[in-house]
Amino acid sequence: MRSFIIKEFYHIFRDIRSMVVLFGMPVIQVLLFGFALSTEIKNAPVAIIDQSNDQVTRAITSKLLSSGFFILSDQVPGEGHIDEVFRRGKVKEVIIFESDFSKKLEKDHRAGIQLIADASDPNTANLLVSYTSAIILDYQQEYLKGMSLPLTVKTESQMMYNPALKSVFMFVPGVITILLMLITAMMTSISIAREKELGTMEILLVSPMRPIQIIAGKVLPYVLLAFSNAVIILLLSYFVLGMPVKGSLFLLLAESLLFIIMALSLGIFISTVSKSQQMAMMLSMFALMLPTILLSGFIFPIENMPLPLQVISNLMPPRWFIIIVKSIMIKGLGFQYIWKETLIIAGMALFFIALSIKKFKIRLE
Amino acid sequence: MSPSISIKAVNITKRYGDKTALDDISFEVNRGELFGFIGPDGAGKTSLFRLITSLLIPDGGTLTVDGLDTVKDYTKLRKILGYMPGRFSLYQDLTVEENLRFFAGIFKTTLEANYDLVKDIYSHIEPFKTRKAGKLSGGMKQKLALSCALIHKPEILVLDEPTTGVDAVSRIEFWEMLNKLRQSGITIIVSTPYMDEASRCDRVALIQGGKIMSIDTPEAIRNNFGRDLWALKADDIYRLLVDLRRFESTWTAFPFGEHIHLSLSDKSIKPAEIALYLEALGHSNVHISKIEPSIEDCFMEMMSVGSGTGEE
Amino acid sequence: MKIIEVENLVKKFGNFVANDHLTFSVDEGEIYGFLGANGAGKTTAMKILCGLSAPTSGKVLVAGYDVYTQTEMIKKRIGYMSQRFSLFEDLSVWENFQFFGGIYGLPAAKIRERTTELLGRLGLESEKNQILGSLPLGWKQKLAFSVAIIHQPSIVFLDEPTGGVDPITRRQFWEIIYETANQGITVFVTTHYMDEAEYCRRVSIMADGKIVALDTPANLKAKYQAANIEEVFLKIARG
Repeated sequence: MRSFIIKEFYHIFRDIRSMVVLFGMPVIQVLLFGFALSTEIKNAPVAIIDQSNDQVTRAITSKLLSSGFFILSDQVPGEGHIDEVFRRGKVKEVIIFESDFSKKLEKDHRAGIQLIADASDPNTANLLVSYTSAIILDYQQEYLKGMSLPLTVKTESQMMYNPALKSVFMFVPGVITILLMLITAMMTSISIAREKELGTMEILLVSPMRPIQIIAGKVLPYVLLAFSNAVIILLLSYFVLGMPVKGSLFLLLAESLLFIIMALSLGIFISTVSKSQQMAMMLSMFALMLPTILLSGFIFPIENMPLPLQVISNLMPPRWFIIIVKSIMIKGLGFQYIWKETLIIAGMALFFIALSIKKFKIRLE
Repeated sequence: MSPSISIKAVNITKRYGDKTALDDISFEVNRGELFGFIGPDGAGKTSLFRLITSLLIPDGGTLTVDGLDTVKDYTKLRKILGYMPGRFSLYQDLTVEENLRFFAGIFKTTLEANYDLVKDIYSHIEPFKTRKAGKLSGGMKQKLALSCALIHKPEILVLDEPTTGVDAVSRIEFWEMLNKLRQSGITIIVSTPYMDEASRCDRVALIQGGKIMSIDTPEAIRNNFGRDLWALKADDIYRLLVDLRRFESTWTAFPFGEHIHLSLSDKSIKPAEIALYLEALGHSNVHISKIEPSIEDCFMEMMSVGSGTGEE
Repeated sequence: MKIIEVENLVKKFGNFVANDHLTFSVDEGEIYGFLGANGAGKTTAMKILCGLSAPTSGKVLVAGYDVYTQTEMIKKRIGYMSQRFSLFEDLSVWENFQFFGGIYGLPAAKIRERTTELLGRLGLESEKNQILGSLPLGWKQKLAFSVAIIHQPSIVFLDEPTGGVDPITRRQFWEIIYETANQGITVFVTTHYMDEAEYCRRVSIMADGKIVALDTPANLKAKYQAANIEEVFLKIARG
């Protein structure tokens, strides 16, 4: 076993291409998203439709415009023509105050502001909306100071063109998931298929090593590599993207390890059904990568999928892992909220391990 | 089971779909014997060796190695086997020494513990022990593969075409190594497409089309040729071949190096008659001499008998 | 006439000299055996002659064309067959001939004519619609050779054409080589079967990047007082 693992590390570290994939990819991916994040909001053109034009709405407007984030566009769309100004690309956000704003605020203690953002650039749209909301909230708190009654300014935001807006923070869980899946499943399946292709598997089979030993020997190095990768991604996203880990770091790492083991057993399973490296690569690409990206909820929201795809997405391990990562990193939830997802991934891991051991041929046919 | 028998095959059949790779073959290999399976590609040698090493399961018949059934007792069997597959099957990106240590490791031993065993062979390549296996020459690769197959002190060494694609000098060196190994008492079975290597074995099985045509010592096979064999030479060797094929009593005529080996269907024909026939056709410098058949002559004779015609 | 002329061919890979001042020539219509141990530099030299790799220095003419500048012309005039690369296993015999004929730019009628002629010579007309992968190795090798000469090249390079083939098919293969040479196509062949060296009109033996012997088999045997070429080869290799 020990000599097997040493050998496996030799393979990995001598193959420059796979080294680049292993360690270059997470860095590039995370930096790419980091770069996308750093698009600062400054003087974003906004249009304001003020249907009440009273003291309060004017106060909010001037607070918004003096923040430095926004600049008032001369485009004032009529209602129902908001689309047009977005299409012309002159305006990034439209802010609409409902009519009789201050009256409603005094009488009903609530009034509404509608925020409509051009979410074809989702990152900017998200930032614009959250900045706007923050400023309005800020104003509300100032306004409340002299009052005893709770007042609410209800902001209602709408994302045009990309209703299920993806926050950049939401990308990090997706990236972690995809990279772990890719590195572990693809690399193991290819490395086992390579032994078959080169004929070395023949010698391994004719040795006293048992299937479980051969599998473990192939897999353990990749567990370590994938785990160190997960750590690299987390470090990068923390320091470069400023992405916090609100929940328990230990829990996050433990869940990552579980997911890695699941992906590895899937990789082994793929290798048991492929005869060549090429076939393992194709299978990993089509059977793993595409569904991971398309069906896990990483890019397309699951709720918007047709029912059959929603059902299929339940079978995608990344779907559950993305939920886990989001819950821990963003929501800061503990294990009691994600035990179901954890159980599903653990179940999948056991299933694939059992299947691989059963499928792993002790002979050549 | 006699303790002197190492490998015993009884009515082994192996099929791939509707192709029969091995057709009802039986043989025994004695302990400590250097046993050769001689035959061209596609004869079934590799299938047979994979059956012996328990990598394949026969469709019919039984196969035991040191009393261990290749189907039921494969775990025990794999501990006593040393196997060198037909293709160069070592890790090209590992160095010579790393390969050897790895294979020692998976058999739970070390290079140091069994160094004596592989010393003779390994010493040839030890100066290159830090070189990647992929960068070795053909002959050196074979030596490394043999060292790796030997490192765990197997009782039976299974070598599938170890000399294929290796130059003549390396081939001879390789056989000299096997000869030394045999003296240490290990049972060796080896396959080869080179007929001339048969004489290096204690006994050989000539295998063709999934069938064993003959099993015996190389001498006995040569003695059983059953026909007189003539070596002929003339100035125009190609025309000589064509004309000999047309000769009435010709059974087979095959080029062999600078000669043509001729066997006749009619034993009463004298060499003088052949010479006369050839001179009448205008051949000059005709030399005819009677020769002892080689294993290759025997192989072709058996193939010809098997297919029912002398010519094809 | 000389179909291959090589003078002081040198090929270096970094500090490693793969071909060290090779000088030899091959006559038109000759069967020329190119022998040498693995790693002696045979493959390197063969690649240069086929126009696949440029020499470091020296003069190399193949079919009258210069390997430095006229590789495209050379490729049209040569055929190549090796034990490793032969034909497409998943195409039929006929489709393989069509494909390779097309590669050499033969018109459809010419391909049909050559295919019929070559298959007829092998006696394999009835197999023309068989998928190549289903045929015995010996037949595949003969078919691969026929495909290599479908465009009637001036010279055909055969890299270990008979490896692993049974002894009878091996001899049939050589009979086809003889026939081809009789038609004026030069045959340049490498082999590990030393008896096959005797079928060549002349052979050269390479060692460590140099040609150490070049003559007819008979003269070589006389010179080294050997019974056969294998002995010559061993005497040279062992110094």
